[in-house]
Amino acid sequence: MIRIYPREEYCTGCRLCEIHCIVEHSESRDIIKAFKRERRPQKRVEVEESGHLSFALQCRHCDEAPCVDACLTGAMRRDARTGAVINDRDRCVGCWTCILVCPYGAVRRDAGEHKVVAKCDLCPHLEVPACVANCPNEALVMEEVPGDGDQAL
Amino acid sequence: MKSYILPEFLVERDDYRCIRCEVCVRQCAFEAHRYDADEDAVFVDESKCCGCLRCVTLCPTRALTVRRNPTQTPDNYNWTREQLMDAYKQAETGGVLLTGMGCGRELPIYWDRIVLDASQVTNPSIDPLREPMELRTWLGAKPDRLDSQGEGKRRRIEGMGPQLKLETPMMFSAISYGAISYNTCEALARAAAELGTYYNTGEGGLRRDLYKYGRHTICQVASGRFGVHADYLEAAAALEIKIGQGAKPGIGGHLPGEKVSLEISRTRMIPEGSDAISPAPHHDIYSIEDLAQLIYALKEATHWTKPVSVKIAAVHNSAAIASGIVRAGADIVAIDGIRGGTGAAPTRIRDNVGIPIELALAAVDDRLRAEGIRNRASIVVAGGFRNSGDVIKAIALGADAVYLGTPALVAMGCHVCRKCYTGKCNWGIATQDPYLSKRLNPELAARRLVNMINAWSHEIMEMLGGMGINAIESLRGNRLRLRGVGLSREELDILGIKHAGE
Repeated sequence: MIRIYPREEYCTGCRLCEIHCIVEHSESRDIIKAFKRERRPQKRVEVEESGHLSFALQCRHCDEAPCVDACLTGAMRRDARTGAVINDRDRCVGCWTCILVCPYGAVRRDAGEHKVVAKCDLCPHLEVPACVANCPNEALVMEEVPGDGDQAL
Repeated sequence: MKSYILPEFLVERDDYRCIRCEVCVRQCAFEAHRYDADEDAVFVDESKCCGCLRCVTLCPTRALTVRRNPTQTPDNYNWTREQLMDAYKQAETGGVLLTGMGCGRELPIYWDRIVLDASQVTNPSIDPLREPMELRTWLGAKPDRLDSQGEGKRRRIEGMGPQLKLETPMMFSAISYGAISYNTCEALARAAAELGTYYNTGEGGLRRDLYKYGRHTICQVASGRFGVHADYLEAAAALEIKIGQGAKPGIGGHLPGEKVSLEISRTRMIPEGSDAISPAPHHDIYSIEDLAQLIYALKEATHWTKPVSVKIAAVHNSAAIASGIVRAGADIVAIDGIRGGTGAAPTRIRDNVGIPIELALAAVDDRLRAEGIRNRASIVVAGGFRNSGDVIKAIALGADAVYLGTPALVAMGCHVCRKCYTGKCNWGIATQDPYLSKRLNPELAARRLVNMINAWSHEIMEMLGGMGINAIESLRGNRLRLRGVGLSREELDILGIKHAGE
């Protein structure tokens, strides 16, 4: 499976990862429509900043994911094929228990009408996730890790 | 005081495209962009824009256009807009005008007036994709005669001094740590190592983290002697005594105390926060004999294992000076032309002092040949190379290799906005601000450098092949393969080339 790693020493805090994440998860996948016409989806990645230190954080797709254990409805589950932790929006009831238990703060409320949660899905439609592909300084890197990612967090 | 200075650029924002993502706001170190929440709009203060195009490059919707401010100053051939603005600036500040990068005045660029030869019918051209093509270059003193001793593998050429082996005749110019960020130094070092060539530390010493690239490092000894100690000399592959710099011949350097961070103070061996002042002359060099003493001191200190280069700015008398440098025992003479870059120089000096590198190179090569000492030193030229065509013409004019400074910075993202001296480089190059310097990822920048030099090397091979030459060595100083176009007889004589059609 793939993992995305931030490299804080090269993150410039431009937040292009957030912008392209929003575009990728929008209805039209067009940047101007996504920001100006449609309901703007919640970003799945967030740049944490303190002084000159910054890095982009998204779901770590934990091997033992607390959000999967905590989910009341089974909406939060691990995709058997890719190993990614994904949220089934149709089954999610918006109880936000996953938000409470996520140690990284990587699960967020989506402001949309369903009150479900939004989290990184590793952009299943793209070869390279949008945040990685659009980072101008290669401060987000994608790595292929063996199996279900036992080396990762 | 009310400023009369017109903004150099206008920043235009296509409001339909702007999504208020504020990338431009966050990326501009000069704070030209500002988001106003009440208006939900991004405003621009154009007087702060330096034209580096960081915002334009990173804007995800291409909503931005930066263009030259079209406001007309009254038509006057003498008092152009630039002259007016410079005078206003000095009237307002009372200071010497500062600038960065190389001279961009309309001096003739001789590279553009020189054309190359190619083989047709009578001598076959060579396809470098099918046949071997040699760009390898050795820098250092060569013996007067080829005498060899020993047998078989132990056979050695007598009198051969230490040599630098370059896989391609291009090196990275001296740019000091302090003028540029550590990440930029690391990118240059990594690229030089990967390309099998050399980069030059400049006068700011060498951080210990970079000693591992020492075999691809030329360490400079300049008038300030910053960071010069035994380990520094040991770490280097070659040493260079910097006498002058093409962008500012005759004057020293000044790294302001604000840029002398803890790491820079350690590397330069000066107190943190103190100004690093390079005197205009070396205070122990007032003659060729003094220079010879320093050359021999450096050779002694490194057990005669490393070539010593002497770098001068191209000035009127370069040829005679170069002859003196060779006779003083230098293995390499480096000459930096008027278009050579800098992190900071007084504008008037950068634009008015020195001579174009093409003429200096031709004069120096001629003089050393005439005196029969051309073999005793290699010639490396710097200052004003923009592409592989310029490089190959320099080699045909007589250079052994070239130093690329500005092209290397451009490969890493520099847009030649000439604001290096502010320390606010938006591309993370000429800055020590940790927020800005991490914008240059050394892995990515090294890859860009390697790509560019490899591309130039391929182009040089193609041009060599076209001339029916299969080794750069065969073109070196071969001015018959050059022709001038639109040059006066005097210029042709100095360049030692014929006019096209001759």
